[in-house]
Amino acid sequence: MNALLTLDNLTVTYDRHPAVHHVSGFFRAGSLTAIAGPNGAGKSTLMKAIMGELLPAEGRLQHQLVRSDFGYLPQAADINRRFPISVLDTVLLGAWRHTGAFKANGSKEHAHATETLAAVGLGGFERRPIGSLSAGQFQRVLFARLLLQDAKVILLDEPFTAIDARTTQDLLDIVAHWHGEGRTVIAVLHDLEQVRTHFPETLLLARECIAWGPTAEVMSAGNLLRARMMAERWDDGAGTCEPPVSDASSNGVVA
Amino acid sequence: MSAYDLLIAPFADYGFMRRALIACLCLALGSGPIGVFLMLRRMSLMGDAMSHAVLPGAAIGYLVAGSLSLTAMGIGGLVAGLSVALLSGIVSRATVLQEDASFASFYLTSLALGVLIVSLRGSNIDLLHVLFGTILAIDGPALALIGSITSVTLVALALVYRPLVAECFDPGFLRTVGGRGPVYHALFLLLVVLNMVASFQALGTLMAVGLMMLPAAVAQLWGRSLTAMITLAAVTAAVSGYVGLVASYHLELASGPTIIMTAAVIYGFSILFAPSGLVRRLFPRPHLAG
Repeated sequence: MNALLTLDNLTVTYDRHPAVHHVSGFFRAGSLTAIAGPNGAGKSTLMKAIMGELLPAEGRLQHQLVRSDFGYLPQAADINRRFPISVLDTVLLGAWRHTGAFKANGSKEHAHATETLAAVGLGGFERRPIGSLSAGQFQRVLFARLLLQDAKVILLDEPFTAIDARTTQDLLDIVAHWHGEGRTVIAVLHDLEQVRTHFPETLLLARECIAWGPTAEVMSAGNLLRARMMAERWDDGAGTCEPPVSDASSNGVVA
Repeated sequence: MSAYDLLIAPFADYGFMRRALIACLCLALGSGPIGVFLMLRRMSLMGDAMSHAVLPGAAIGYLVAGSLSLTAMGIGGLVAGLSVALLSGIVSRATVLQEDASFASFYLTSLALGVLIVSLRGSNIDLLHVLFGTILAIDGPALALIGSITSVTLVALALVYRPLVAECFDPGFLRTVGGRGPVYHALFLLLVVLNMVASFQALGTLMAVGLMMLPAAVAQLWGRSLTAMITLAAVTAAVSGYVGLVASYHLELASGPTIIMTAAVIYGFSILFAPSGLVRRLFPRPHLAG
């Protein structure tokens, strides 16, 4: 088993209250994993921790990757949708790894960006200002930018929220395509049917890791019930956590 | 009165008018684009605050040099403006205060301190000059300073254009690709302060942002792409400068306020007649078929 990204007893907190609590396990290289769980389960927090935007309070993340290996689509991106920028220029930002901050985009990058726009079903939208796009079209643009980024690991945080069925299907096809190319894809999802149909592996999170492994085994009625039982409220009287010794080498179904 | 007398004679006849015009054109080229970025970053009022923050530094420069020396006041203003930007940045990161709140506190302190320092030694006339500028008194060295600041601004903007756009448009993305957003933010603030200092003698501390924000607002009403907005802002500022100077010459009005009022008139016209303006809203054109 070649672990690409290992969580070793990972705990991430807000105000010392754990949002992700003693999670251990690993994402295989080339795996396609859904992260599921109730609201407040720490799904987005885990994504941010993987991206290095939040630091672990305890435990650690282990990987041999560099920043440009990651492509990340946050849940509530603080994107200024009224910014006067065209669809093509937005997608071209995805070439950052090649151009950096200063190098000009050549005809190669332009051609590539046009291709990716066609691939997400937005051929002919190059000159449109992003302010004129619908939510679904804009999500397609962000996927086109991810395509251009050519990242080894792709993190998607609730990518299909408020997106119609047709767009969701098209974007799921792109996810499957990434999987076929051997990229590692990790997606936070709340549509359990989607998880069962499209994602071979699942991490069921309820602050603690409820189960992690093949989707069919993880998504058992018992596991889902345990995930739902998670208390959403912080325990104001909680004492300091004394964790049991965990074992990062054992992946797979914990339940 | 012929067109020559009306439009060209003031500049052909008087050196101080020529220098004022060149100063306005330089300011337009630098401040226009800076204003567009300020507005797109939703920092319009921050620009205003920054211009007040420049005052105590300029006042100290004025005290040290003993006269309205643009170089001394410029250096003082630069130091004061950057200190306020930096301090409020630190305070907003270290405390619960948002950046606009800490900024407001610092610039008010700064403004009070500035007026206090000027009143220590100067007369009320000097205070008026510092607050409202003396564009007709711009001399060769002052012009050189303004020209240099404009050149630096344009070159710097051209260099950091992509990261600056990314930082305005999608700061989260810039973070994920390791784009060092705060560095470009700081560099941008430096450019803002530099341009404040440049428009300092021309328009004074109170109206220094006038040639930044009004043209930027006009540009946003008419322009669709960023390139169009930047061009429009610079052109609007330049036209305001020229028309304002001509009008102030013939009507014997104070030059600085007339320039800003010209920009304000263009702004008012744009609010009414721009594609997204009020008239279009009241009398919409029929929609297209597809």
